[in-house]
Amino acid sequence: MTVPFDIAIIGAGPAGMAAAHEANSLGLSAVVIDEQNAPGGQIYRNVQRVIAERPEDIRILGTEYACGNGLADGMQSSGIKHLAGHMVWQIERDGTVWCSDGNKAKRIQARTVVLATGAMERPMPVPGWTLPGVMTAGAVQILMKSAAMIPDGPVVLAGSGPLLLLVADQLIQSGARLAAIAETTSFSHYLAALPKLPKALSAMEYLKKGLQMRRRIKASGVPIISGISGLRINGGAKATGITFKAGGRTHTIAAETVLLHQGVVPNTQASRQLRLDHGWHDTQHYWYPKTDVFGATSEEKVFIAGDGAGIFGAMAAEVSGRLSVLQIASHLGVIDVAERDRKAKPLFSEKHHHDAIRPLLDALFPPPAEILNPRDDATIICRCEEVTAGDIRKAASLGAPGPNQLKAFLRAGMGPCQGRMCGLAVTEILAAALGKSPVDIGAYRIRPPLKPLSLAELADMDTDPGTVTSSSL
Amino acid sequence: MLKRRHSDSEVVAITVDGVAVEARAGESVAAAVLVSSSEATRTTPVSESPRAPYCMMGVCFECLMEIDGVANRQACMVQVAPGMRIQRQLGARDLRGAE
Amino acid sequence: MPISTAHKNYDVAVIGGGMIGPALAIGLAERGMKVCILDEGDDVLRVARGNFGLVWFQGKGFGMPRYVEWSRRSAKLYPSFAAELKENTGVDIGHANPGGLELLLGDEELAHRRHFIGQIYQQGGGNEYEVEFLDRKQTESMLPGIRLGDEVVGASYSPIDGHVNPLFLLRAMHTRFQQLGGTYLPHHRVSGVVKNGQAYDLQTAAGTVSAPKVVIAAGHGLRELGPPLGLNIPIRPQRGHILVTERTQQILPMPMSAFRQTREGSIMLGVSAEEAGYNDMVDTATIAKIAQRAGRIIPALRNLNIVRTWAALRVLTPDKCPVYQESQSHPGIYAVASHSGVTLAAVNAKVASGWIADDPAPEEFEAFSSERFNAQKTA
Ligand SMILES: Cc1cc2nc3c(=O)[nH]c(=O)nc-3n(C[C@H](O)[C@H](O)[C@H](O)COP(=O)(O)OP(=O)(O)OC[C@H]3O[C@@H](n4cnc5c(N)ncnc54)[C@H](O)[C@@H]3O)c2cc1C
Ligand code: FES
Repeated sequence: MTVPFDIAIIGAGPAGMAAAHEANSLGLSAVVIDEQNAPGGQIYRNVQRVIAERPEDIRILGTEYACGNGLADGMQSSGIKHLAGHMVWQIERDGTVWCSDGNKAKRIQARTVVLATGAMERPMPVPGWTLPGVMTAGAVQILMKSAAMIPDGPVVLAGSGPLLLLVADQLIQSGARLAAIAETTSFSHYLAALPKLPKALSAMEYLKKGLQMRRRIKASGVPIISGISGLRINGGAKATGITFKAGGRTHTIAAETVLLHQGVVPNTQASRQLRLDHGWHDTQHYWYPKTDVFGATSEEKVFIAGDGAGIFGAMAAEVSGRLSVLQIASHLGVIDVAERDRKAKPLFSEKHHHDAIRPLLDALFPPPAEILNPRDDATIICRCEEVTAGDIRKAASLGAPGPNQLKAFLRAGMGPCQGRMCGLAVTEILAAALGKSPVDIGAYRIRPPLKPLSLAELADMDTDPGTVTSSSL
Repeated sequence: MLKRRHSDSEVVAITVDGVAVEARAGESVAAAVLVSSSEATRTTPVSESPRAPYCMMGVCFECLMEIDGVANRQACMVQVAPGMRIQRQLGARDLRGAE
Repeated sequence: MPISTAHKNYDVAVIGGGMIGPALAIGLAERGMKVCILDEGDDVLRVARGNFGLVWFQGKGFGMPRYVEWSRRSAKLYPSFAAELKENTGVDIGHANPGGLELLLGDEELAHRRHFIGQIYQQGGGNEYEVEFLDRKQTESMLPGIRLGDEVVGASYSPIDGHVNPLFLLRAMHTRFQQLGGTYLPHHRVSGVVKNGQAYDLQTAAGTVSAPKVVIAAGHGLRELGPPLGLNIPIRPQRGHILVTERTQQILPMPMSAFRQTREGSIMLGVSAEEAGYNDMVDTATIAKIAQRAGRIIPALRNLNIVRTWAALRVLTPDKCPVYQESQSHPGIYAVASHSGVTLAAVNAKVASGWIADDPAPEEFEAFSSERFNAQKTA
């Protein structure tokens, strides 16, 4: 007899690690699967090693980053199985999860699945964004966390979102040379955000921190240019800088590294592959799988915790991880509803507290129209298949009713990234071209494998039920 | 295009396009390659346009490289190991002569 | 009920914008008729997007010699059909006719294939049938630079076989149709067809469209649309999985029914057949089986990454042969249902469209009538 896990948790970021803790304390058997080699997810990436090997870097990376260490250590010392370095490539609605360690595909059987696969930075299609030398701001933060690396040579940052200034500040403290920060946010966004203030108790605190950071950046001599538009990246074989408009004139800033950021969006590959119901976030312009307060989805055995269900940040992700496990425990009969509610009560109020800041952030950092629906026809939207905004508009005029027919017409979304980079833009461009709402346009269908898998692994795997179960690990 | 702020961690010897490169333990292949040069890490199979890592978190697939003879691996998701052979990929891969 | 935005006075309304509808619609528009295509939205069962792209002859038409001829005729029409599409739309559908192979693993598969192909040959009454068997050596010589797996004993080969990029074919047909003055109406799912004087009203949530002639080329949609119109055509879904690899340099000189390399360089691997109702979710064990077989036939494929898989639902009649049928109770309403819509696109555009436009029905059409299923039932 093979015994399935009670829960397969996919993703070892704050949501996944917290879910693992909760499962452990309730006596549920769980497995945490993550393609990264160490726990932490995006925000706490490599935290254990940084603390052990270069603790002085916490000054730069922040005390909030250090908080992740407790979660990661705790998960490792608990009885929870952690399959690090395992990429999940197929999830079935019955709780079967298929993953690969790069050599061998494995089948994992569980009663329920918690998707804690998090967010990704919004792809930022501007002319020239495919050039070497262009990265996301988050990418450089990952380099700082995982390898203590910074760009050599002048850096320019462009876009908006809380992460843009944070990374700029961290880079300055690390000794990188910043040429400028070009923000798509303008003063009008600050004005628009003001009415949201009273609702957010933590908002004052947040704004104060933000202002301090801006002052620190300016004091270091790095210019911040706000309200920019018409952003493009210059260069032939690699990036040489950016050009944009601001205050009625055109600016060109030379740089070897261009860092783009426009907020983060849920990574919906797994939830789409499971064909869960999704909704559309009107101000932040992203898809999110629909969940209830416990993270339950339209599929009975599938829960979602953390930023994968909508962007609420790391602290809220932890809470949501715990909440989904409480609900699973009550479904499995491990705790009764009264106990679930008793345990959930403080978590709900904590979540409420973390969520309160969101309306302010949403109003402060709206993704600009020119990123959502690039006007320049030559802008590449699908980086893999090199499909431009103009190609997409042309297909729309042919009557492509949505992203899936468009994919068929143009191969957009058919490359190795499987539509992660172009999906949102394709929906927006089609919506604008056809005069419809993104909800009416829809999104790419996603099918396995979630990431490319070698034919040999697929051919050689054991498709027998229960290959890897709680008793065989 | 990148530099290390610390260089005291353990050296891991690898090769990139046959040239010896000193990486550091715990680094991803993409990071190690970006420190060693600022050139494109691949050219696309569609038009051979130059590309380099964009997201460093496994979602953009711009970092595809050949690692120890296996093509199209996500270099940002693989950690360096001693003796690792890394190759830039130019255009589409060739299966001829493969077993 | 609102009249759909200014679309009146059509001669023919075609229901379905997949592989069959646009091919027929092009042919009708070329004959000077005013044609519209009513189609569903985006996230629907559209086999036109899920197929393999073979223009395939060998093995088709078991039990129906007319279908053998029909497939051959379409394959022969393809070069000019493709050239015409390219010239008019600029879209290269990637048609090539290098011949095709069906690679066989082990003597049992070989014997089975010989028997099957032999039966099709015999039913043709000694007419020419362009399929031959190659041994391993001959097969190898057709595939220079490829090492075949040890179990490969040979192949069946037909010079008539070829392939296209089915997605570009779909795009080219849509473009051509609109060039010819046709009207494409997406998000017009037809819920019912009713007689209204000399014409038929096609009801959709977006309004009503009227035309004296109606072609139902709605794939699985025929099951709902057909019976009230006297078209009781027994079709069923059969699920097939396809795997696609990353792009590589060109290595496969010709399609081999289970694999073909696209002009862009990716290799498509197929194709399974399961009875799974209308469930088009990917089944993990099935894609593993396809991968296993591919690796046994050409071991080098094992090195490639699979970037995508999908499952699509074939439209199958009980004898797997096509149906072209005009309704007896509702004259002017035609139903076309068949698998192999890619292979038949050229003949549908060039020949079958004439049947709807009132050219005399091609002589094959007696065989393609759905009456054959009623006859079988009563017999
Ligand atoms: C690049 C980037 C930088 C950020 N920087 C900051 C910051 O400085 N400060 C801040 O407050 N917030 C930051 N955020 C937001 C913050 O990361 C999130 O709020 C938080 O991480 C959400 O936690 P989570 O557990 O939901 O997801 P994550 O932390 O993203 O964890 C998800 C985990 O799932 C794994 N995974 C995904 N798919 C698969 C698969 N198919 N197979 C196996 N494993 C898989 C991933 O490897 C990852 O470890 C950043 C986000 C990004 C994308
Ligand atoms: S850099 Fe984006 S996937 Fe590796």
